[in-house]
Amino acid sequence: MSGTFVGMPAFPEAARTAVGNATLRGNLRHATHTIRAKRARAVAEVSDWAELREAGRRIKDHTLRHLDRYLEQLEESVTAAGGTVHWAADADEANRIVTRLVKETGESEVVKVKSMATQEIGLNEALLEEGVHAYETDLAELIVQLGRDRPSHILVPAIHRNRGEIRDIFAKEMGAWGRPAPEGLTDAPAELAEAARLHLREKFLRARVGISGANFMVAETGTLVVVESEGNGRMCLTLPETLISVVGIEKVVPTWRDLEVFLQTLPRSATAERMNPYTSTWTGTTDGDGPSAFHLVLLDNGRTDTLADRVGRQALRCIRCSACLNVCPVYERAGGHAYGSVYPGPIGAILSPQLRGTASEIDASLPYASSLCGACYEVCPVAIDIPEVLVHLRERVVEGGPAVREGNRVLLKPARGHAAERAAMRAARWALARPAALRAGQRLASRTRRLHPRTLPGPGRAWTGTRDLPPVPAEPFRDWWQRTRGGEDETK
Amino acid sequence: MLGRVRRALADVVPDERPYEEVVGRDYLRTHGRRSTEETIELLAENLADYRAIVHRAAAEDVRMLVMRLLARRGSQEMLVPPGLPPDWLAAADPVWIHDRAASTPQRLDRVGSVVTGCAVAIAETGTIVLDGSPDQGRRRISLIPDHHICVVRVPDQVVSSVPEALERLDAARPLTWISGPSATSDIELDRVEGVHGPRTLEVILLG
Repeated sequence: MSGTFVGMPAFPEAARTAVGNATLRGNLRHATHTIRAKRARAVAEVSDWAELREAGRRIKDHTLRHLDRYLEQLEESVTAAGGTVHWAADADEANRIVTRLVKETGESEVVKVKSMATQEIGLNEALLEEGVHAYETDLAELIVQLGRDRPSHILVPAIHRNRGEIRDIFAKEMGAWGRPAPEGLTDAPAELAEAARLHLREKFLRARVGISGANFMVAETGTLVVVESEGNGRMCLTLPETLISVVGIEKVVPTWRDLEVFLQTLPRSATAERMNPYTSTWTGTTDGDGPSAFHLVLLDNGRTDTLADRVGRQALRCIRCSACLNVCPVYERAGGHAYGSVYPGPIGAILSPQLRGTASEIDASLPYASSLCGACYEVCPVAIDIPEVLVHLRERVVEGGPAVREGNRVLLKPARGHAAERAAMRAARWALARPAALRAGQRLASRTRRLHPRTLPGPGRAWTGTRDLPPVPAEPFRDWWQRTRGGEDETK
Repeated sequence: MLGRVRRALADVVPDERPYEEVVGRDYLRTHGRRSTEETIELLAENLADYRAIVHRAAAEDVRMLVMRLLARRGSQEMLVPPGLPPDWLAAADPVWIHDRAASTPQRLDRVGSVVTGCAVAIAETGTIVLDGSPDQGRRRISLIPDHHICVVRVPDQVVSSVPEALERLDAARPLTWISGPSATSDIELDRVEGVHGPRTLEVILLG
């Protein structure tokens, strides 16, 4: 994925630093709690939420299970409507295609709609190397870009910044990128939004090339859908002459009618609204309205590898609403940067290690960045069982085994560093298969209970570093059962 | 890439049931039962909830209402889609600006207001949908001016729900779904109205 995150420390180290930052913790707590309560109200408004969620799950599952069929159909529909479809196996290929398309227009500037896929492939950096400046136009992406920062949330990438910090970034940096911030800018959100409006308007009005992602692609009609709030999306999709959309292959849905499910569940799950302010749909090109050239770049970049995993493939149902981030107790405290990926939070913890593989330290640690409380599964509008996939990926990290990387079957080696855990599990397997040994061991443990330390020595220290060692009862359960016949005769 | 997809799905048994049977769609077509008048009321309420300014007018009053709204705004010029009923603007003062192919975005940026019709309005979500028909014009004219007046013919153009709206709309046309004025939740996840799209949206329920 993006080069921005190369060399990230494993989640526990990154999280430890983040948790020590009181401002960050305050910002995150305020923002996640605000949206959490609003989302619950927005969802409670519709009596058929469970049925919508189930339909969303089925649509996405069916599409993924016949993805080849729907991608072919999509290509035909988009081409018939006047668009051009490109296929990119990985980030480099996608970046090369987009760079070539931009250069063919002769332009050296592009305006961008917020898009996770283009962040994932590090498109802005790749364009800059070729002398093309990409301007982010979503308010939060602008804050991140001006602050030379990294996004920390899928929906609101600058969630880690409070209004005061945003004011300072605007006042200091806007001038270097274009129209400077107004004199005497305060930290009132309305004023900050106005500063962004003025700064970006000149860019929209002169832009000749727009780059977007898409929330949905309809195979049947060749329609792309962008859901947004600010109107920067409409600007980028409507005013330029050339539009390039980079979209992950899992974003396809079979029919126009399927949008009736997601246009109900996505806004309520994402910004807790009945409907987001603006939704744009376009089908190829339209004579005399909007861009005259439309390119769709279909992106794999680890998605087919993810698809090959029977348990893990459900992660591709994700519609990027970020409800799971907002309810996650780990995300709320650690923040998005600790996840070392453009996809933070619970969904990131199952998506990044599948898209990128589990070879790096950060990716091997992500399946553990969870308490498995299940809140993410409960709020997910397409019912991704995130805890199930987390446990599955933990197993893959510890045990190794077969997986698919870049289209090839590989055999992953078991991770190092889990030797003590594996030894403990082997010992348990041995003892549990031998009742006499288990009984002797339990009795010994009960008799020596006063001598037990509160933490384990040696390799066990890591385990008890975050947990209390459970106290051993005075009498093993099975002895108690035999003596009292299951408590019927407690007096004995 | 299709080869990779097919290899990844080697374990999957193709599901050849009809698609609609697979999906099931046990969710509701509309939420609750309402009379036509109640549906229009709900539309007005939900539009207002997301800060659109809602007016109601009978056919004979619409020209005076449009005139008053434009006068209050003080716009010198207004964008006019090619097929807008001329009667709606018959009493309005601002100079008519037509969206010509040669008009640059910079030129349109100097226009204060735009008046359009709509394709459909959704009561449950407070949404109006434009589809580029002659009374709505191309997408950019309802985007660049800061003041948008949208006329919805009631009850003909009003539906209850998102499923009903999609059924009426043509996927081949470029659609813009609008729910209130432009907004952002990017600063501390609190909604602020007014970023890049029109910051004032006025909806006239005509009929």
